[in-house]
Amino acid sequence: MGRYFAIRIGRAALTIVLVVTFAFVVLRLSGDPALMILGPEAPPEVLAAFRKAWGLDDPIWAQYFDYFGAIAKGELGRSMRDGRPAIELVLERIPATLALTLPAFFFKVALGVPAGIYAALHRGSGIDRAVMMTAVAGFTVPSFVLALLLVLVFAVQLGWLPSGGQDSWRHAILPIATLSLGGAAVLARFTRSAMLEVLGQPYIRTASAKGVPWRKVVTSHALPNAAIPTVTILGFMVGTLIAGAVVVESVFAWPGVGRLLVVAVANRDLAVVQCILLLVAMTMVTSNLVVDFLYGFLDPRLRSKGAHA
Amino acid sequence: MTDATLKDAKAFSRRFSLPAIPVSVALAVTWIVAMLLIAAFAEKIAPYGFTQLDLRNRLAAPGNAAHWLGTDELGRDVLSRLLVSIRISLLIAFGATAISAVVGTVLGFLAAHFRGAIEQLVLMLSDFQASMPFLIMALAVLAFFGNSLPLLVGLMGLFGWERYARIARGLAISANAQGYAAAVRQLGATPSRIYLRHILPNIASTLIVSTTLVFPEVILMESGLSFLGLGVQPPMTSLGNMVGYGREYLTRAPWIMLAPATTIVVTTLAVSVIGDWLRDRLDPTLQ
Amino acid sequence: MSPPLVEVSAISRTYAMRSGMFGRAAAVHAVDGVSLTIAKGQTLGLVGESGSGKSTTGRIVLGLEPPDSGEVRFDGKPMAAPGTTAWRAQRARMQMIFQDPLGALDRRLPVATQIREPLDIHGLGTPAARDERVRELLRAVELTPAHGARYPGALSGGQRQRIVLARALATKPDFLVCDEPVSALDVSIQAQVVNLLCDLQAQLSLTLLFISHDLRVVRQISNVVAVMYLGRIVEIGSADDLFARPEHPYTQALVSASPAPGRRSAGRILLSGDPPNPAARPTGCAFHPRCPRAIARCAREVPALSAVGGDRQVACHLVTGAATRDAA
Repeated sequence: MGRYFAIRIGRAALTIVLVVTFAFVVLRLSGDPALMILGPEAPPEVLAAFRKAWGLDDPIWAQYFDYFGAIAKGELGRSMRDGRPAIELVLERIPATLALTLPAFFFKVALGVPAGIYAALHRGSGIDRAVMMTAVAGFTVPSFVLALLLVLVFAVQLGWLPSGGQDSWRHAILPIATLSLGGAAVLARFTRSAMLEVLGQPYIRTASAKGVPWRKVVTSHALPNAAIPTVTILGFMVGTLIAGAVVVESVFAWPGVGRLLVVAVANRDLAVVQCILLLVAMTMVTSNLVVDFLYGFLDPRLRSKGAHA
Repeated sequence: MTDATLKDAKAFSRRFSLPAIPVSVALAVTWIVAMLLIAAFAEKIAPYGFTQLDLRNRLAAPGNAAHWLGTDELGRDVLSRLLVSIRISLLIAFGATAISAVVGTVLGFLAAHFRGAIEQLVLMLSDFQASMPFLIMALAVLAFFGNSLPLLVGLMGLFGWERYARIARGLAISANAQGYAAAVRQLGATPSRIYLRHILPNIASTLIVSTTLVFPEVILMESGLSFLGLGVQPPMTSLGNMVGYGREYLTRAPWIMLAPATTIVVTTLAVSVIGDWLRDRLDPTLQ
Repeated sequence: MSPPLVEVSAISRTYAMRSGMFGRAAAVHAVDGVSLTIAKGQTLGLVGESGSGKSTTGRIVLGLEPPDSGEVRFDGKPMAAPGTTAWRAQRARMQMIFQDPLGALDRRLPVATQIREPLDIHGLGTPAARDERVRELLRAVELTPAHGARYPGALSGGQRQRIVLARALATKPDFLVCDEPVSALDVSIQAQVVNLLCDLQAQLSLTLLFISHDLRVVRQISNVVAVMYLGRIVEIGSADDLFARPEHPYTQALVSASPAPGRRSAGRILLSGDPPNPAARPTGCAFHPRCPRAIARCAREVPALSAVGGDRQVACHLVTGAATRDAA
């Protein structure tokens, strides 16, 4: 059991190291950081001072370790645009992003999971087909198209809701709807197939052949087993909350982390981009860890298997 | 028709038993073929140049004789822009899919062939790739390197490689451990012969199915980046780019946005339908 | 007696087997100090239960994997390291027949292409001559050229094994290792394939290492038989003699368990105890926990393989020299 978690935590740490390495490599490959950050018009003596201050004349491996050290201390550089620490800029945008993504996550689960379970239990029914068609649409309609369609209908044509901004709770409805619908469709499709897989297992047939009432077979045998793969995808969804918000925040001019990222990329504000990259990696890794812990809770077999994997 | 092609065609029809193709798949194939033809001949069939201005017909609605799909704010023909956008988007998607399939398969084979440290490295990188949202990584790279079409294709080519790598590695290892690959190896065949002539044809159907699953995601990813203004840059145009531009005129001229958006949705849907069907036919084990 | 084609001296092979990612690695001595010689044109039968190391021995003798210690010499020269160009060139002279012919064939190529493949790999003959050779090989394994156009999936098990045999013979090799070549086939087909193998060996003066757990088949085809138990040879001798008068208690048990005409099953020796586990080898003689005649010394000392008269060698504390042999 202890070893199971030790392996997971080791893996999580490795992912963070890889992300930092990725940022470092990309940063170094992209050119001279002094020029990138100070701009080509900077006087040579300023550039030289910057290089000295940041250890850019040191051997590459020394720079690599310094970079790690700086990140560990939370020194993520300053935004090129307004000179404030990048981490401050990012942190102050987080509440806005959570205001969209947390309700959206709730709706995804509340809509997607029951729809998937219902579809699996009534396979081939009209509702099953409707769920599957919606799920396919949820995959093939990109979020920016869905967002614009919602704006077109509810803001432009009907005039019920505002099309962008962050002035009242009504401004949040369309972004949350966009995020929820796509995610719910994916989740419904996934839950349905996890459920169908479990329902095809011999122990389900055995239980119902024994005379266990079908309702009880479903609630005490099928659902707990189908929960395991579903929890995995939920964990992945938590990890991608920020990534998912990038497009939607841009469409609805919602001042969250995603929009900050797009603006930072367009302006090549490297410190901010790097800071968000790390934030996403941390979210990802944390949610994966939580899923692994939940796994241990849901499926005792995994603990012993994990120890031998 | 020569004998050989006749035989191939027969073998083909036997393997795929043509009459059994469902209507949805037939429609999807038709759509994709049409898209490919458009991509190949975009400039020839476009009624206007895609940057050509028609200032007397700005924001013309669709359905008029001169501009079937209407015009945009600058009077550029939406249909012509759409055709060129299809070409660019498909070019990027095909280029990227080809790169990621080749890179992934080669890395998977290297992992299977050398095992040990190389295999661990490939597995670690593919775990990492799979666990980080690609959009964020792509945005970071674009921020650091700026933007150009080759960079964009190369960047999109990193999308999904880990799936091919895992499949290729797993299947090559099992082929190497027992079976035809081990048998051919002891005949004295070189590794390139074993991997290219024996293992690759044997796992090709699984890889092709994976391609049809990755391809729509590449189209969506590219159009998403272009929509955000971080992918294909003006004056070049792509489907996502057009949607992004059309968003500004959503109120007055929704057709600018609707035409490319519909194309994106129908194309990804068509590839998915073909992919699902192929998966059922060729490789039911793949999820 | 003709000169030896294959000389195996004291080869050993140890695998590290782990129980889990951080489990302690256990050393598994798959092969432990095996020495053999196979004379030109002779067949050596290698017998043993699963886990006895007979397949690993076969792979090492064929040069598919290197031994950890010891040496294999082929035609007087040491074996090239696996994967090298010299090793690949050497493959033309030695070939393997696998247990599972369907697995050994590429399902996506017609079988004629696969029979031709060794000729393509080693660049033997003109393209026209290669096609002619394929037809010749198909006839040699009692199939018709029409079978060549088929895919492995469209052939029966026996036909597939004939294809594998034809492919192995394409380069006119001197030496074949057959690893359980018929055990995946129906009993009725087994005899046909074994007979074919016998005929081909006589015609082409092939040297064979024939690995099997099936004593009936080994007896039919082998000149010399070696019995393996947990990575070591416990008895070796000429086939007829060994089957008529097995000396090692393990060989006696094997022979008594194998049905033979004219012998009643009443004399069958039943082995007690667990089947051999290469990861937990008993001390002393590895066979002692199951041996009906074991004495205290067997648990302490490893018996060496030593001559007991004739060409017979036995590794057993209870079987020494001619005296024991007469008494038995």
